[in-house]
This record gives sequence, C-alpha cells and structure tokens, in this order.
Amino acid sequence: MTLVEPAGVPIGGVPAPLVAVAVLLVAVSLFIYIMARRVEVLVRAQPDPRFSDLLRRIKLMLLYGFGQARQPRYLVAGIMHILLFAGFIILSLRSLTLIGRGFSADFHLPFMSGALGFWYEVLKDYTVLIVLGVCVAAIIRRAVFKPARYQHTGGGKGHGSEAYIILGMVAALMVTDMIFDGSGLLASGKANHTTLFPAASISAYLMNGATPATVNGLHLGGYWAHILIFFTLLNYLPVSKHFHVITAIPNVFFAKLTGGSLKPVCWGLDDWMSLEECGIGRFEQFTWKHVLDFYSCADCGRCSDNCPATTVGRALSPRMISIKARDYAYEHFPVFGGRPNSKDARLVGDVITPEEIWACTTCGACERECPIFIEYIDKIVDMRRHLIEEGRVPVSLQKPMEQISKKGNAYGGMKAKRAAWTKTLDGIEVKELKKGDSADLLFFVDSCGSFDPRIQEIAKSFARILHRTSPNFGILGKDEADSGNEIRRLGEEGLFEQLSRSNIEAFEDRQFNEIVTFDPHAFNTIRNDYPVKFPVLHSSALLSRLLAEDKIRLQGDYLRDRVVTYHDPCYLGRHNGIYREPRTVLSHFPGIRFRDMERSFSRSFCCSGGGLLLWYENEEEKERMGVRRVHMAEEIGAELIVTACPFCLINLEDAIKTTGNEGKIEVIDMIELVDRSMV
Amino acid sequence: MCVKWRPDTSEADVAVNKEGKDINKADLDYDINDWDRFAVEEAVRIKEKIGGKVTVVSVAPEDGESMLRECLARGADEAFHLCDEAFEGSDGYAVARTLVAFIKGRPCDLILTGTLADDDCGGQVGGMLAAMLGMPQSSLVHKVDIQDGRANIVRELEGGLSEALEIDLPAVLSIATGINEPRFVSIRAVRKVAGLDIPVLTSGDVGLEQSQVGAAGSRIKIEKVFMPPEGEGAEIITGSTEEAAGRLAQILKEKGGIA
Repeated sequence: MTLVEPAGVPIGGVPAPLVAVAVLLVAVSLFIYIMARRVEVLVRAQPDPRFSDLLRRIKLMLLYGFGQARQPRYLVAGIMHILLFAGFIILSLRSLTLIGRGFSADFHLPFMSGALGFWYEVLKDYTVLIVLGVCVAAIIRRAVFKPARYQHTGGGKGHGSEAYIILGMVAALMVTDMIFDGSGLLASGKANHTTLFPAASISAYLMNGATPATVNGLHLGGYWAHILIFFTLLNYLPVSKHFHVITAIPNVFFAKLTGGSLKPVCWGLDDWMSLEECGIGRFEQFTWKHVLDFYSCADCGRCSDNCPATTVGRALSPRMISIKARDYAYEHFPVFGGRPNSKDARLVGDVITPEEIWACTTCGACERECPIFIEYIDKIVDMRRHLIEEGRVPVSLQKPMEQISKKGNAYGGMKAKRAAWTKTLDGIEVKELKKGDSADLLFFVDSCGSFDPRIQEIAKSFARILHRTSPNFGILGKDEADSGNEIRRLGEEGLFEQLSRSNIEAFEDRQFNEIVTFDPHAFNTIRNDYPVKFPVLHSSALLSRLLAEDKIRLQGDYLRDRVVTYHDPCYLGRHNGIYREPRTVLSHFPGIRFRDMERSFSRSFCCSGGGLLLWYENEEEKERMGVRRVHMAEEIGAELIVTACPFCLINLEDAIKTTGNEGKIEVIDMIELVDRSMV
Repeated sequence: MCVKWRPDTSEADVAVNKEGKDINKADLDYDINDWDRFAVEEAVRIKEKIGGKVTVVSVAPEDGESMLRECLARGADEAFHLCDEAFEGSDGYAVARTLVAFIKGRPCDLILTGTLADDDCGGQVGGMLAAMLGMPQSSLVHKVDIQDGRANIVRELEGGLSEALEIDLPAVLSIATGINEPRFVSIRAVRKVAGLDIPVLTSGDVGLEQSQVGAAGSRIKIEKVFMPPEGEGAEIITGSTEEAAGRLAQILKEKGGIA
C-alpha cells in the first residue's frame, strides 16, 4: 500500500503547501503579537539589573533550567515533570519537521536525513509513548488522587482546569503523531520495527485491517490535527498558567544571585527618600523581574506547601500572590483591546490584602522550593514599604517599631542600660569598646541579647566561652543599635538606614578582626544588607573553628544520652547556607545520639520568626508555628532540640510548654550547650 | 488639638527626687502622651473625612519639638510650640490658661485633647479649657461624628456602658485611647515634614505675664511625692502549672472574683 502524504493532498481545492503557509503565518503572527503584548508589560515595569555575573547565570540555567535540579524535591511529580520536559525538548525537533512536511513529503531538518535521522525517529517514538504515559498519569493523579497542594485557597480564580486543557492537548499531540506515523508504518509493511518504533507499532496494530482509504484518511487527518493542536497550544501558553513553558528558563537565568539580601526601594536610585511614592501599592510599581515571576508561576503549589504561614492557617499562600498578580496583569493588560478602567482597583488592598502581606515571616521556604526560582520576599517587603507609607501597620508591631525608632531596641530598654547584662557575669568583665579601642573580636549582642532576660542568658554563656578561648573581645555597649534585620523586612527602610548607619559608624570607630554574633538575623543583615562590608561571623562558625583548633573540648554529660536534634534557623540555613558548621559543633560531643528532623536543612520549618516578629500577633492562625515544629521533633523522638538562633529558642520554649512537653523535651541554644559542656 | 510631652514611666525604674516633690526625670525617655496620640489621629481622620485644618499645640520644653514634628507627619497641618522657661512647674490650671491664651486668637470649631496624661493622670486640662473658653465639653470620648455644626459622640462609662451625646460646636472633646488605631509614622513621613516651620511662642507671645504661667500661675502646690508603702496580703503562687492554676481559682472563689 502506498500512502499519499499531506503535502500532496489539496484541502478544499487549495494546495497543501499554501494551507501550510497560511496556518504557519496566522499562528506565528498571533503568537508574536501575544508575546509582544506580554513583553510590553515587562518593558514598562520598574528597572532591575539582572545581567551581571553571566557565567553564574548560565550555570544556573543549565543546572536548574535545563537540568531541572529542583524538581526531584517532590520525587513523583518531579520525575514526571523531568520526563515531560525532556520529551518537550526532544519532540521540538519533531514538531519542526512535521511543519515542514506540510510543504514537502520528504522534508528533513539539516543533518537529519541519514542514520542520525533514523535514530532520532526511534528516540522520538519512545518519547511519544513516555510523554503520553506521563500525561495520562498526570490527569489521573489530578483527578483521582487530588494532591492537596493543587487546592486553591486564599482568593483568586482557580486555574486547575487549565492543567487538564494543556495535558489534554499534549496527549492529543502524541496521539495524532502516533496516528500519522502508525499509518505510515502500516502502509510501509515494516512490521518488524516493533522494538524500534513502539508507539507507531501500537497505532499500526490498532489500524490493522482498515481499508487503505481509511488508513490514508487517518494519515492525513492525524497530520493536520497535529499541526492545528500544535499551533493552538503555542498560542494558549502565553494566555494561561502554562506561560512557564516559555518563561521558566529565562526566569531561572535572571534569578536573584544574592541570598539573604533585599532589593533597594528603587534600583539605581540612592535618594529614594525623594520619591513621590515608596514601595508597591500598584501593579505598575513591580519590577520587570517581578512580572516575569508572575508570568512563570505554574501554580504547582510547592511554595505554599512549604510555607509556614500557609501551614498554620494564616491568610498568606505565596503562590496566590503570583496567581492573583498574574490574573490582574492579564485582566488589566489584555492581549486584545485596551486597558479596562482600573482606577478603582488597588493591587494592595483589593487584590492582595494587608493580612497576607504581614503574615510572612520572610523565612524563604517558598523561594528555596520553587523549581524556577520565583521570588517572594522582595515583593512582600516592597508591599510592606507601601503599607508603612500609608501608616497601615498591625497594632502589635507598632509599639516595638516605635521603641526601636526612639530607643534603638524593641524592648523599651534605655540606651544607657544596653550593657547592663554584663554586670551579672561572675568574675568576667566584658570590655565596652570606646571609640578608637581595638579588640580581636567584636561581639555584636543586638537588642535581644541586651534586653531580653532569656536571651541575656545566651549572651552570658557566649561571653564565658569567649573569655576562655579568645579573651580579647569587646562589645559596643550603648553605642550599639538594633541590627535592623526585621525593621528592614517589615518595610521601614528609613529606620533601617538610620540603624545601619549608626552601627556602621560604631564599627568604623573601632579596630577589630571580626564581628561575631549569635543572632542569625543580625548576622544576615550585617553580612547582606549593610552598605559597608565588615567581616562577620555567626557564633556557630566560630565555635566550629574553636573546636577544630582544639581551644574547646566538650564532654557529653549534659546530653544525658538523650536523642538530640538540630533546628536549622531560616536566617542561618536558607538565607546564608550555613548548615554544616552547627552540625560539626554537635558532632564534637562524645557519644551524641543525633537525629535530623524530616524537615531539616533547606526544608527547615520556621518557628514564626525573629526580632520584631516576636511581638506580632496573628489573628487568623489556628496553631503556632513553633507548636508545629515541636510536633516534628516529637515525631523523631527528640528529647533535646538544639538551635542556633535566640528567637527560635524563645518560640520553641513557648511551644514546649503549650504542647505539654515540659520535662520531656528541652530546647537549648548551641552556645548554652557548649558553655555547659566545656571541659 | 493639644498634646503633652511626658516622661515614659512604663518601663523605667521610677524614683522620688531629693526634694521629695517630684520623680527623677533626668534619665527618663520622653514621648507624646499616649492618649494624645489617639486624639491627634482622630483629628486627622476628621479632617480626611470632612476637610478642614488641624493645628497642634503643646506647652512643652525644647525637646518637645520632635513630638510636634511627629504630629505633622501624622497629618496635622501646622504646629505651635509654646516653650518658655516660665512655663515650668505648671499645673493643669496654668497649662489650660496658657493654651487658652493661644487659642483665643485663633477661632476653631473643635478642640481635641487626650482625656488625661499618663504621667500625672490629672485629667484637668480639657475641662478647664472648655470652662475658660465657654464651650461645652465631654471626656472619655470614643466615637466622634461631625455633622451640621454638631458633634455626635459616644463616651465610655463604667461597667461597659456607653453614652451617646450630641454637642454643639465649637466644643472641647477629651478623647479616650482605643477610639482608633493610630497610623504608623515612618521615618520617611517625618522626613517629609522636616522642612515645615514649627513656630516657638513664649508667654509674652501669647499675651501672658510670667506670673500668670508656670509654678507662679498655678493653684496646686505639691506637698510630697512618695512611694506607696508596701501592703500586706500579697501571695506569690508557686508550684506546677496545675497546682498554681488550682490555687488561683481557689483564691478567686474565696474572694468572690468568680461565682
């Protein structure tokens, strides 16, 4: 049997190549037009310099874009996605070839006519089968097993149906390809190709016995259906949640390279105070990268699945920020027609609520999880900057923020008493460094260590350790101001500038080799936010070094054979990549029974936040984050939770009490544990 | 809109000074009286709703300027700083007389004050202002609605009761805390009003003799300030949470706290 190829059969009297040209022209013009409208929004958005460090960006793109390295964090869905993505890459050549077949029956891409072409066909055929299998599995998974993270909460329209549309279209592409190739295979009579072309063979098997006319009809029908579905899909991408097929790889390329830092109020403008408006209240105030993030969200729900605020029932679900903002963009910057009158719709307030914006602890779990590096913290902080501008700050946060503004600490303690905690240390005098003084180590105590009675205990323990190991250390005393990490993240940039300037001046007036602090929040802001850079060290890194240098030796009495776990603080782990040092310190305890919680390292679960967030009262949450965390420790039978952040300590100690675990589980800061265990 | 600059005694170790007629204020941090913060916010909200102009005035030492600056950042249109060494030692009467001297030259529809100041808790100035100006007055106001030259207000009474009143304007309203949620005033908001002039006026500028203001013009003389003697009957409850809760419930039942 000989088949007539699509290029040779006129459609409605019009020669096939002409039809192919018309389809190609219409579809590609439409696609270019839609893309131009979408890009227009990016071009008109605020600036953001993302072209530095190209080599690093290319590496990121290869590893996480093409390599999909974050996908297997969700193993089943991740593997399915990797298969689909690989199929997409492999089959893109096939799609080009098929478009060409509309013009000429034996069209081949360059170099694809010989053996290479043959083996590509084999690979393609297997891929078609795999992709079809994955599509069917994905549809069943969504429809029958309904993974919780696909559920929509937090307002905004649901986009679940789009997933079925796209999966259906991709499956249809595979089926039409199989019909096209299967009929070809059947006609050629090469039945021994089953192992080489399984997909085509299956379809040939199903068509076996049909009349030649039917087979030829299927061949032509399969072809044109494939072409039409292909172009429909292409144009559907930029108007649906599946825009990520196009934008995800650029989004990874333009990812933020500086962990732990925040974007300035406005890129390229030092004098932001002179701006008419500050922060983001309207959509037009987002940067182009923010908008690209919105375009790129595939609504997979990994961010919200890991968000502690979502978990405990706060108003925030990070992916809804992306979804709602994209819905807003699609509605207000439509592909066809002019902009609707949007004067009445405020993005912050009407679309994204203040409750969502204040619910975030800036723990970074969402950003760490997103397979394509969508950012949330910068946007949340920008929206907070807007709310601060309007004076709309939760009541519970106002007082501590005002205290920082007026007294340099949220506790309301007097500046003059900042070093008062040192007076209760037995036999150790902590040097208050005056202007011009020098020391090896500058111990940055921060407000929490200076004024919070519980955290003062950590400060005292640390002073004892320093006194024994590196006695030439000092503190800033009354010249120290709050580090400003939370103030900045709550959006009060003006106050942050005052605080950082004051601390920078204090640092510059003294000589030291390194700053050391036990608060990861202070560590983060000095390291990543302060405009002048100083060598700064977290206490866990210092302890790890002192142990390596044999300046500290530990015995395990305090552990009393208990099961020990370590809680990774967000600002130490996720934001600064310090996971190893604290565990190294723990490994120095003889006979320690150490066990990591299921959520550890970059998946650590936030205890509800540090600094000023200690004062924040959330009305929506059904459970405290710390309580959740203590339950996770219970799950692995931990009896001693070691932290390396004073705020984690406070939050978890509270949670131990409220969960009735007093006497069963103890929380301790690593510094206190070392202090009590030094030989 | 009248505000007071007062020491924050909430977190401080308060001690009586050597003369025994006041507390040691040297080491204390000063700030706007908390009740007045709600009153300023309310004034700005009324302005935002029905228009008008908010003028803030305070009898305060030099440092009080930052408080007036913050009021401007909150949304007040102008501020006046009544600052004179002669004002020192004023009682409620002397402060009211000083304020009246300032207000008389400036006709206004509504005067707001805090109900009382949280340092000396006098609660006198609002009432005296009204008496001296011949205006009606109400205190502990926790809802204000201005309509057609009248103020419909609600005031808090004991025992959870509220009282709704209608008052002719001009009037003096002494505002209760909790009437609103005062907006947050950012550094940038303060910076934006940094260029506004806050005129400083002395006793002479408002047409008063030095003998009419400050300690000289006051009618109250403080005899003695002292710490209350330690009382008896305090019990510190110890023991486990269950034991402590049990003991607390027992005490409350015994003393009639719970039925």
